Amino acid sequence: MNSHENLMSPEYKEAIKDLLLQLADDDFMYSYRGSEWLGLAPHIEADIASSSISQDSMGHAAMYYKLLEDLGVGEANELAHCRVANERKNSILTERVNGEGYYMDTPQYDWAYAVVRSYFYTQAKKIKIDSLCESSYRPVAEAAVKVRMELYYHRLHWETWFKQLMNSTEVAKKKMNDAITLVMDDFGDVFSYGNQKQAIETNRLIGTEEELKENWKESITPVFLALQMTVPFIPEKPIKNGRNGEHTKDLDEALITLSEVYNLDPVAVW
Amino acid sequence: MTKIVEVTSELVYQVLMNVKDPEIDSVSIIDLGMVEEVTTQGNNVKVVLLPTFLGCPALEIIKLNTMNALKELPEVGNVEVDFVFHPPWTSDRITEKGHVNLRAFGIAPPPRHFEEDGSWHVDCAYCGSTYVTMDNIFGPTACRSILYCKSCKNVFEAMKPVSTLM
Repeated sequence: MNSHENLMSPEYKEAIKDLLLQLADDDFMYSYRGSEWLGLAPHIEADIASSSISQDSMGHAAMYYKLLEDLGVGEANELAHCRVANERKNSILTERVNGEGYYMDTPQYDWAYAVVRSYFYTQAKKIKIDSLCESSYRPVAEAAVKVRMELYYHRLHWETWFKQLMNSTEVAKKKMNDAITLVMDDFGDVFSYGNQKQAIETNRLIGTEEELKENWKESITPVFLALQMTVPFIPEKPIKNGRNGEHTKDLDEALITLSEVYNLDPVAVW
Repeated sequence: MTKIVEVTSELVYQVLMNVKDPEIDSVSIIDLGMVEEVTTQGNNVKVVLLPTFLGCPALEIIKLNTMNALKELPEVGNVEVDFVFHPPWTSDRITEKGHVNLRAFGIAPPPRHFEEDGSWHVDCAYCGSTYVTMDNIFGPTACRSILYCKSCKNVFEAMKPVSTLM
């Protein structure tokens, strides 16, 4: 228990808990999907970069789970591994599979999808992190400063890939545009706070959904203008809202795999 | 009855000078700028460390090595080692000695300055040539990049600059 907890109203605590779970679960799933690319990326530099970014992102998730632990919500490893799908608050975008097949068997993963998902997600994360640096909850504001420094390199990496593939062959452009459609179909809950919207926003834990959406669009506009493309449209209402525990079967399958080792021996010391 | 000798923070710092980066044994956690605070009370010691990168798998090893090194001192009782996220670790916390010893290990220390466009430059860790190219911003660990020296034709690593200005 820390000093913050004593001063918090139940509403405030509920709101910060929800927001931290959204942030933690997002990075947890994003990192997991990224790690499935290990050994499969188009060339070795991309492979090293992608796995390094996944490792950083898992570190960010672990940091958010630790902040939840400090709040008395539960033990960090348990929060990461033992919650069932309908308790998870990650966006649908982060749980989607990388493509057809399974990485241990015959993965037919889509690199264009990986690039677009990673670029759009990382840009959204940057917008959230910038806003979190001003959060009324100090522990998360302080941690956001640290995440922002690491995110600088992730953003640089995915923006470079995005621009290069968009300026590449007709096949590459076609694949990229297909990927943009898929990613944007799932973008409706990325900036959603779900049922906790009002409490999260009025307590100034982070900027409003509307404000962050605008910032995201504005931040990618120069890249899209240079590519002579229009900034994609964020769906108003998500078909499923991950922030409220609504998910696809992709998440169920991912949870079985990623928690398999942990569940073999939950008390093991790593 | 044995006489109780209190632990001084000077002594703790001396011990921490011998706690090395698990992969770079020429550099201590002090030279990396990871030690934020040392407090002692009687025989008990508390060390506050800053993580270099949040996802670095060496953090737990460093924590354990720090605890074990301090527990070897007969006058030390309880040892607590914690990581905090604030202040954020930045690459300018690496000491001058850290810079020298990183280079001795074959890793270019992080640059002290950024160009106006945010890019940065380091010289070859081996021959000091400025004629180098960036091969991959991401390297074998979160904190390192891979570069190539066109003078001595060696691949070398550099510590990524990390700054709050990013």
